[in-house]
Amino acid sequence: MAQTLYDKLWQSHVVHQEDDGTALIYIDRHLVHEVTSPQAFEGLKLAGRKPWRVSSIVATADHNTPTDHWDKAEGTAAIDDPIARLQVDTLDSNIRTVGALAYFPFKDKRQGIVHVVGPENGATLPGMTVVCGDSHTSTHGAFACMAHGIGTSEVEHVMATQCLVQKKSKSMLIRVDGALGKGVTAKDVALAIIGRIGTAGGTGYAIEFAGSAIRGLSMEGRMTLCNMAIEAGARMGFVAVDDTTIDYLRGRPFSPQGEAWDQAVAYWRTLTSDDGAQFDRVVELSAAAIAPQVTWGTSPEMVVPVTDTVPDPARETDPVKREGMERALQYMGLNPNTLITAIAIDKVFIGSCTNSRIEDLRAAAAVLKGRHVAANVKLALAVPGSGLVKQQAEQEGLDKIFVAAGFEWREPGCSMCLAMNADRLEPGERCASTSNRNFEGRQGPGGRTHLLSPQMAAAAAIAGHFADVREIL
Amino acid sequence: MEKFVKLDGLVAPLDRNNVDTDAIIPKQFLKSIKRSGFGPNAFDEWRYLDVGQPGQDAATIAQRPKNPNFVLNQPRYQGAQVLLTRQNFGCGSSREHAPWALLDFGFRAIIAESFADIFFNNCFKNGILPIVLPAAEIDALFAQVEATPGYRLTIDLPAQAVIRPDGKGLPFQIDAFRKECLLNGWDDIGLTLRHADKIRAFEEKRRSEQPWLFAQ
Repeated sequence: MAQTLYDKLWQSHVVHQEDDGTALIYIDRHLVHEVTSPQAFEGLKLAGRKPWRVSSIVATADHNTPTDHWDKAEGTAAIDDPIARLQVDTLDSNIRTVGALAYFPFKDKRQGIVHVVGPENGATLPGMTVVCGDSHTSTHGAFACMAHGIGTSEVEHVMATQCLVQKKSKSMLIRVDGALGKGVTAKDVALAIIGRIGTAGGTGYAIEFAGSAIRGLSMEGRMTLCNMAIEAGARMGFVAVDDTTIDYLRGRPFSPQGEAWDQAVAYWRTLTSDDGAQFDRVVELSAAAIAPQVTWGTSPEMVVPVTDTVPDPARETDPVKREGMERALQYMGLNPNTLITAIAIDKVFIGSCTNSRIEDLRAAAAVLKGRHVAANVKLALAVPGSGLVKQQAEQEGLDKIFVAAGFEWREPGCSMCLAMNADRLEPGERCASTSNRNFEGRQGPGGRTHLLSPQMAAAAAIAGHFADVREIL
Repeated sequence: MEKFVKLDGLVAPLDRNNVDTDAIIPKQFLKSIKRSGFGPNAFDEWRYLDVGQPGQDAATIAQRPKNPNFVLNQPRYQGAQVLLTRQNFGCGSSREHAPWALLDFGFRAIIAESFADIFFNNCFKNGILPIVLPAAEIDALFAQVEATPGYRLTIDLPAQAVIRPDGKGLPFQIDAFRKECLLNGWDDIGLTLRHADKIRAFEEKRRSEQPWLFAQ
């Protein structure tokens, strides 16, 4: 029978199955960061359990780490916040005790956001199960992996058993066909999908992204798209293997080499949905119809094309939804029917596991080159996803373009995506952000987040308000 | 993990869709390396008028100004063990600090129209029972809670039913495996390790077929 990619990934990892369908799923790669792991390491120790396979672990510090003044003190002494420093030190000591395939501690030249670091080092390979105590683990689905976020109890469970207790999700195919217009990116595709199906649209599903527009995306673009699967409610999203996948992986530090490479590639080529495979739900979008997107509210589904206006709750018939819209508009300080391009911004953030890879920085720099951030923009941050991305960007001279345009060029980390470090919004400040969540308080208490693509963020920085990047390019 | 068998608890309503994990426990509290003590900061930005900081002691937290408009601050809902809410509860991050905070606050059961997947899963690891009921039943429960101070529900896990004060039982679904774990307070890891030989055998086969996955 014709199988979906999800069927193949699932089947190849079932260790044991109970009568009610609950299965033990084997985990190939375990990514670990400082925020969701300390309680798991402690639980393991308290129970006197040994980690099952430490060579599955790749670890880095990213959520809590500062993105400036790294040289002011030795090691983690450069982290001012003592509670954050303790958490990063705790990761250091846990990995020192337990071991790992690779550890990129704070300030290491390969340190960075865990979902940028894994793929760029070839630690994420097609056909793997990849888990991490972070919901944006869906990112790794770009490599045809079964990749999803887990809680800390499950982090401990994976460490102790190399398995997770799972039930198979339903399958959804999202097909985007045609060519994306100029100035339209993977981020816009992701936001347009969430606008269509809603933030709970993918709940209970594993999503496969397919169609000619998806095939045309780079690995960076596919990672952006799969990263946002969780914002559509799906724990995982993936893209089948093709030449783009294989070309990206060739020569990475943990990619197989020689004979093993050929053997791996032959297997990876099978990681596609068979012709005629059946999905529980199919959603189709036309690439040509997708315009650059901007969110207006406090949920990623509250999104419109940049050419549109802030919606009017008076036109919503569901009372719970209407109240939600009214509450969002009040929090965001916006009036219904305002043109999106008439909304002025205070800060700009280019970064996060969604949009901090080299392609994202290139795209933003192309817009910023020879231009300057508007006078009303108090702070514009460019935060590369990893040390390697930063190094590559500097070799290409992108840092100089950002700085000349009035941006601050920072060290890698999660930064203002979730504002666990010092990078955050003040109450009432409005931010054009390339991150993934516009929840209340996400970028700082009282902060107002609008999600968009890197080039749209760059366009907003220059204009001082949201702007259609297609008119600039 | 504490067992969950039968609960008779006061109900608190949170009449919103898409309550996210950033709202349930804001990020500054995730810096803790412990899994307890998050209760005073559950719903921090909605519950208090100032901005909470991690590491504040009980006396300092007691002095913080509370938001009188936030429903869980109303005297009639103090001591609630059952949270009633709407669609997509727990969306957002995978932080288990969210169920830890709700449990520490006092909630043992959450009734909603739907839950986000990762949050739903995390509840079971902590002895919290998440219950999905149809929208019409949720509507009726909201109306009853709001009209009846001291409104309580009985949650009978063996019978898989929420029992209203008027005696009406609302059946709910739960996976057999998850139900067993909750009823017995079982530790997942211990259960999985019963299959250690199978895991080892699977791993050896995988290592021989796809050796590149086992780089040291």
